[in-house]
Amino acid sequence: MFPIRRVGNKILEQWRSPVVTAVKPRKSYSTEASPRPLTMLTDDELAMKETIRKLATEQIAPLVKKMEDEHKIDEGIRQMLFDNGLMGIETPAEYSGSGCGFLTMMLVVEELSRVDPAVAAYVDIHNTLVNSLFMKLGTEEQKKKYLTKLCTEYAGSFCLTEPTSGSDAFALKTVAKKDGNSYIINGSKMWISNSDVAGVFLVMANADPSKGYKGITCFIVERDTPGLSVAKPENKLGIRASGTCMVHFDNVKVPEENILGEYGHGYKYAAGFLNEGRIGIAAQMVGLCQGCMDATIPYTLDRKQFGKSIYSFQGISYQIAHLQTELEAARLLTYNAARLKENGQSFVKEAAMAKYFASEIAQTLTSKCIDFMGGVGFTRDFPQEKFFRDAKIGTIYEGTSNMQLQTIAKLIEKEYKQ
Amino acid sequence: MARVLVGVKRVIDYAVKIRVKPDKSGVVTDGVKHSMNPFDEIAVEEAVRMKEKKLASEVIAVSCGPAQSQETLRTALAMGADRAIHVEVVGAEYETMQPIHVAKILAKLSKDEKADIVIVGKQAIDDDSNQTAQMTAALLDWPQGTFASKVEKTDAGLTITREIDGGLETIKTKVPAVISADLRLNEPRYATLPNIMKAKKKTLKKMTAKDLGVDLAPRIKIVSVEDPPVRQAGSIVPDVDTLISKLKEGGHV
Repeated sequence: MFPIRRVGNKILEQWRSPVVTAVKPRKSYSTEASPRPLTMLTDDELAMKETIRKLATEQIAPLVKKMEDEHKIDEGIRQMLFDNGLMGIETPAEYSGSGCGFLTMMLVVEELSRVDPAVAAYVDIHNTLVNSLFMKLGTEEQKKKYLTKLCTEYAGSFCLTEPTSGSDAFALKTVAKKDGNSYIINGSKMWISNSDVAGVFLVMANADPSKGYKGITCFIVERDTPGLSVAKPENKLGIRASGTCMVHFDNVKVPEENILGEYGHGYKYAAGFLNEGRIGIAAQMVGLCQGCMDATIPYTLDRKQFGKSIYSFQGISYQIAHLQTELEAARLLTYNAARLKENGQSFVKEAAMAKYFASEIAQTLTSKCIDFMGGVGFTRDFPQEKFFRDAKIGTIYEGTSNMQLQTIAKLIEKEYKQ
Repeated sequence: MARVLVGVKRVIDYAVKIRVKPDKSGVVTDGVKHSMNPFDEIAVEEAVRMKEKKLASEVIAVSCGPAQSQETLRTALAMGADRAIHVEVVGAEYETMQPIHVAKILAKLSKDEKADIVIVGKQAIDDDSNQTAQMTAALLDWPQGTFASKVEKTDAGLTITREIDGGLETIKTKVPAVISADLRLNEPRYATLPNIMKAKKKTLKKMTAKDLGVDLAPRIKIVSVEDPPVRQAGSIVPDVDTLISKLKEGGHV
């Protein structure tokens, strides 16, 4: 039932230079009604994909090791992400955003992940969880106040998970007690990405524990609010440049205007927006796998043993063929889920499938790529080991693989019971 | 304020490994990644910077080539050009299109569009001709500042620093003038996502060389295109005497 298996490496030089893929000429589709293949992007999407690829290869790639060692994303890179419109990909232009579609956002995450999944995580979470929530639920004042800053000045963090509530998200214990026209928030959040640099936090707190999860409300809390403290980043196995910290709320007072969306609807928002975030993680895993393969296959074509390239041995090439097939399948699941969302169709099951599949194949694919590289793959001098470590978080965050299976199974049951 | 015309060329991407076609008629271009000539990117960047400094009122990007040249023009628009003109040249005419043809097109367009400054990359990375700027200037009878590593606009005209073999040469020209951009003129910006979206709304006019009265009849015939000879292995010699005798043997001395 859990297939994901297998599979199988190259020269640092080749990895440094951009992998050039063909852009096939296409006739205009403005008059045609027939749907396009998933991997055939619009002109704009292609232009953006190429720009991000260039940017990632030229600006981010040289700093990947340093950012991992220092446990943080380089400030110059963070500024560059703002300057190039990557921190407000879907945000409308009136709030200084880029006004692009959802698939474009996925392409950005994919292209960034080819180079550094940690930077991709930073961009993905900020866009799919924080920006999206503001865009869909914010009042005009809230949007004016925060959306522009999120596009140009600071990152945002989404605070749901706690030390005692991960998969069981609605068992969260952080409370928000009404106090006149304000709420006082008390509790601790854990595993909060971007929290080391975020300027604003979207905090899921229970404003009425007697109602169970129906009291969960989403609050906007600015970083400098008294009582909010961010602990030091966790010492993680992978995506180490992405700052993941505990965030403590000690009598943090926020005005009731800072409720995002409706009182007591926080649980809905958390569940709903995590569906989008899931497609983002799928895109991250797809990009990560692609980057890993791009660094490995040229090596297998070049490295000779027993008088011929190791790729010419079927033991290697067949495994690579299998892995690439799985990667392509993951990519199509991801793009399709993104297109479904763009077109206002239901996409919860497809998003869960994409995230589950992409993150699971990423485990084997990256591991096998180290195998293909042989001894050098086991050293930090080559990129495969970082991709291997970075991939591990894929099956854990934004809903573990088991939670994805749970979601898919429930939806299947619903479909068949009608 | 000046109106700036920038010439951009669609070339095979610099990172691609070029392969010669088996029939020796040219290099493989089908399915191969193409992008804007890097020196033209620098030219566009310079023009856009002039606009940002309020020295230029409008930047018009021009490209001569097949339909795909429009992608190159859109990149220029995304970098900040105001509008684009695509002079469509296809098939055999495109294979034998030379700087002289392009120069005639740019010269005519410069007159029609009342351009004050024409900026192009110093050379294209596919043919390395390094002729278009010079020919355009000659056809227009305008001054030229080629291999520019710095351009300053004053009320009197342009002060251009040129990279030449001996070092740097600074010249002053009046406007209108033609400039060719060298590597160190500037560092081109990335097209930001918002600008790529905005570029969609900018005008892209399509025309043919005939519309401009330019004859694209070939001046050259491509006889054959071959790989450079494979580099022979060298050998390490123990001392200078051996080196000299080996050079003599090889007939090099």
